[in-house]
Amino acid sequence: MSKVLFASISKKFVMALAGLFLLTFLPVHLIINFMLLKSDPAPFNAAAHFMATFPLVKIFEIVLMAAILIHVTYGIFLQISNWLARPVGYVSGSKAETSFFSKFMIWTGATVLTFLVLHFFNFYFIKLGLVEGDPENFYSVAHDLFRIPAYNYIYLACFVMLGFHLYHAFSSAFQTLGLNHRIWTPIVKKIALFYAILIPAGFASISITLWLFS
Amino acid sequence: MKLTLKIWRQKNASAKGNFETYQMDNVSPEMAFLEMLDSLNKRLVEEDKDPVAFDHDCREGICGSCGMYINGHPHGPVPAITTCHLSMRFFKDGETVWIEPWRAKPFPVIKDLIVDRTAFDKIQIACGFISVNTGSAPEANNILIPKKISDEAFNSAICIGCGACVAACKNASAMLFVSAKISQYALLPQGRVEAKERVRAMVDKMDEVGFGSCSNTGACEAECPKQIKITNIARMNREFFKAF
Repeated sequence: MSKVLFASISKKFVMALAGLFLLTFLPVHLIINFMLLKSDPAPFNAAAHFMATFPLVKIFEIVLMAAILIHVTYGIFLQISNWLARPVGYVSGSKAETSFFSKFMIWTGATVLTFLVLHFFNFYFIKLGLVEGDPENFYSVAHDLFRIPAYNYIYLACFVMLGFHLYHAFSSAFQTLGLNHRIWTPIVKKIALFYAILIPAGFASISITLWLFS
Repeated sequence: MKLTLKIWRQKNASAKGNFETYQMDNVSPEMAFLEMLDSLNKRLVEEDKDPVAFDHDCREGICGSCGMYINGHPHGPVPAITTCHLSMRFFKDGETVWIEPWRAKPFPVIKDLIVDRTAFDKIQIACGFISVNTGSAPEANNILIPKKISDEAFNSAICIGCGACVAACKNASAMLFVSAKISQYALLPQGRVEAKERVRAMVDKMDEVGFGSCSNTGACEAECPKQIKITNIARMNREFFKAF
């Protein structure tokens, strides 16, 4: 049984499932973030309060944190074993026709993770009481952050990286789960492109709007 | 044609190795790539130097032994052929050609461009076969197989085990090779009998010998001389999940 748990395919399987779960959370977060565009802070703060206190969401939060932890840990572990599998590289590089973004998943992933840590310091740790701030007024916290040009640069750069990461991750997860189909796989790839543009563009549009017009 | 060859030279498995530069004049575009290397070796022997060691056997694109990494491509820049089928007409006059051995921890360099591909044999020995009773061959039409399925199994079975998939993959993953071997049996009723044991044993051995895992980049499919598809990898994953 231990062989199954530690097989490369199993690790990829768990990583893909965790990744797909994370994909479901992003649209929810985006919808809540759009409330930041309202001049009234009440709807956003109410949504943030609901997310922080509603019991079902609390369970979802635990699963979400576990998914992040599993996805990141397995991702790093697999990447290290992949690097070890080729201790000496090619001088002439690789000119194989491959999906461009698939070659940089560890780096786009690392950028997203770095942003996530920053994001936790700015919001999640306030909620947990680890960092000073008002957990009932995340609207002001967000608006204050988006007034800082440097924060917007980092934010936008990280969401571009997230888009690159999502584009490959979306269809790759299905392939890892064994779901490759003559008709459906090209459709999944189109949805992946749509998702990878739409979600980061949504987050970025909020950042740009608040930065330039707030 | 004049070419500059940069070839990986390594005396033995424990030696350090380095690139040596060789100038080639009068290379005919009609020559095969291996013939060009033969002519280099003839010259080196005449100069009382050690010829470049490279694997080759059938020179008909069947055996898969002539694997070498040429200008960033396993088997060279032309898709769907092995090195022995590579013609010099695909190179330009004055071009520099980098020739390297397969690079993967489970494929250690033995000498120059020759690597030890025993790791593939180990995976095959693990369960890359069907157990059959000895005796006369059974009647072929006793078990009817739809043409579509038999074609699909055949398309997996044409893998020659050259290792180009490993060489092309950024993770040195052998999943295209292993999945092709698993698929050729998993698709056929004769192979289904031991399907679970097979996928468990072959994947276990693949991990044990130190190949990387699949990142679904598709480099293996793009560089495979037999155009084995990564749909085989998805099938192997399905077979693996079903086996427990």
